[in-house]
Amino acid sequence: MNKIHVNCAVNGDATEFLCDPGATLLDVLRDTLGLTGSKEGCGSGDCGACTVVLDGEMVCSCLVLAPEAEGRSVATIEGVAEGSVLHPVQQKFLEHAALQCGFCTPGFIVAAKNLLDRNPDPTETEVRYWLAGNLCRCTGYDKIVRAVLAAAAELRQERTPACTRPRQ
Amino acid sequence: MPSPAFHAPDTVEGAIALLAADPLARPLGGGTDLIVQVRSGRVTPSSIVDLKRIGGLSGVRRDGEAFVIGAATPCTSLKDDAQFSAAWPGVVEAANLIGSVQVRNRATMAGNLCNASPAADSVPALVAAGATCVIAGPAGRREVPVEAVPVAPGRTSLAAGEFVIEIRLPAGRRSGSDAYLRSIPRTEMDIAVVGTAANLEFDGEGTCTSARIALGAVAPTVVLVEAAGAALIRTRLDDAALDAMAEAVRAACDPIDDKRGTISYRKAMAGVLARRAVRIAAERAGVKA
Ligand SMILES: Cc1cc2nc3c(=O)[nH]c(=O)nc-3n(C[C@H](O)[C@H](O)[C@H](O)COP(=O)(O)OP(=O)(O)OC[C@H]3O[C@@H](n4cnc5c(N)ncnc54)[C@H](O)[C@@H]3O)c2cc1C
Ligand code: FES
Ligand code: FES
Repeated sequence: MNKIHVNCAVNGDATEFLCDPGATLLDVLRDTLGLTGSKEGCGSGDCGACTVVLDGEMVCSCLVLAPEAEGRSVATIEGVAEGSVLHPVQQKFLEHAALQCGFCTPGFIVAAKNLLDRNPDPTETEVRYWLAGNLCRCTGYDKIVRAVLAAAAELRQERTPACTRPRQ
Repeated sequence: MPSPAFHAPDTVEGAIALLAADPLARPLGGGTDLIVQVRSGRVTPSSIVDLKRIGGLSGVRRDGEAFVIGAATPCTSLKDDAQFSAAWPGVVEAANLIGSVQVRNRATMAGNLCNASPAADSVPALVAAGATCVIAGPAGRREVPVEAVPVAPGRTSLAAGEFVIEIRLPAGRRSGSDAYLRSIPRTEMDIAVVGTAANLEFDGEGTCTSARIALGAVAPTVVLVEAAGAALIRTRLDDAALDAMAEAVRAACDPIDDKRGTISYRKAMAGVLARRAVRIAAERAGVKA
């Protein structure tokens, strides 16, 4: 089987790889590019552990064929922190103990950040529906939802100058 | 598992040529059914033809008296079109019940239709809406009602080399509205046990002038229940009319019996949900039912 040559951007860096035509983006991220933060929980779109952002939209990388990434930009959990500075979503996950085994955490963080990038003030219901495609078998979800709402509050503070901040 | 070949043509003609040349080729929309099926070995295509690079196949546009939804348009982007969402709220809500945000960012209504699952959520809403689809193939283009595409679970009426390029819905001034409701064991990420869609039109007095009721997950394909629509026409959706409509809905059900819902449960729920969907569509049209 001939390999396919793909050019794309991963976390902002121009990247090229060779893949089997039927390989998934998750296979390539983990096995070819060594970005093992994205997890394979199910391989069928049900668990969200493999969530990445493709051209601004979050998707299950287990249900994207790697050749589809040609010319597109992929953002993974590895690009969420800036150097050693954690993103507020990551920081709040730690503070709120929103993880136990941690297998689901990269997917939740990528998904939650994608929500907050577009809506810095989601309701709890919006958070719960947005994260419905991410399964966690440990935490019971509540701490995750609290962490995301706390991160949202922190991001609003960072973005709004103190004098113009609306009353909470 | 041998890897299927991958093609991403940039024209409709290019896709037709690839599909027509290989009887085991499959078109790829969002891949949320196809990639799962390939990975599990349920389907073994020799090549996959990605439709997403074809110009004009993504997005919602107006073409005179029609909304045109490109076959490669993901369900989430339907919500971004304010005019389309206002005209067809039931279609938009049905398409956005599919899976999770991650799934809907990829899943298309054309894929939902061509996967031919009896439980496909957007299909009853499209059928109720009177949507058509344009099919392109080696013999040219043809336009058929969406209900003509699925013929049995997992089987369509598409001929070799044919694929859906767009879905079309009326865009003229409406005096009505639509709604879709489904019953699932949880609130997100599950397959419909019953799905019901209603699309109603009214005159100035609030009398129903046109009604289309379609059901999912209660028969081998999505069904349009003409008798249920007929029971509402020339009424103001009084109880007797709604009872007759629900009776016609239950009579049209031929569901399976499984752990997710028994036959009698699915039938009863179809009647209940159809009533609720009719009421929501009427409210959206500004008519009290
Ligand atoms: C986790 C998860 C949850 C889901 N939940 C739901 C749900 O709640 N409700 C629901 O209805 N579905 C659900 N699905 C199924 C799936 O997401 C939908 O059926 C979706 O609409 C399929 O669209 P797609 O573009 O991804 O299709 P694809 O997977 O790309 O294609 C599906 C089939 O149609 C063919 N095809 C695709 N596009 C065309 C075209 N333009 N012309 C001809 N043939 C074509 C393909 O060859 C394939 O056989 C779920 C799937 C997953 C993974
Ligand atoms: S591994 Fe992709 S959704 Fe579970
Ligand atoms: S922390 Fe273990 S699955 Fe979520």
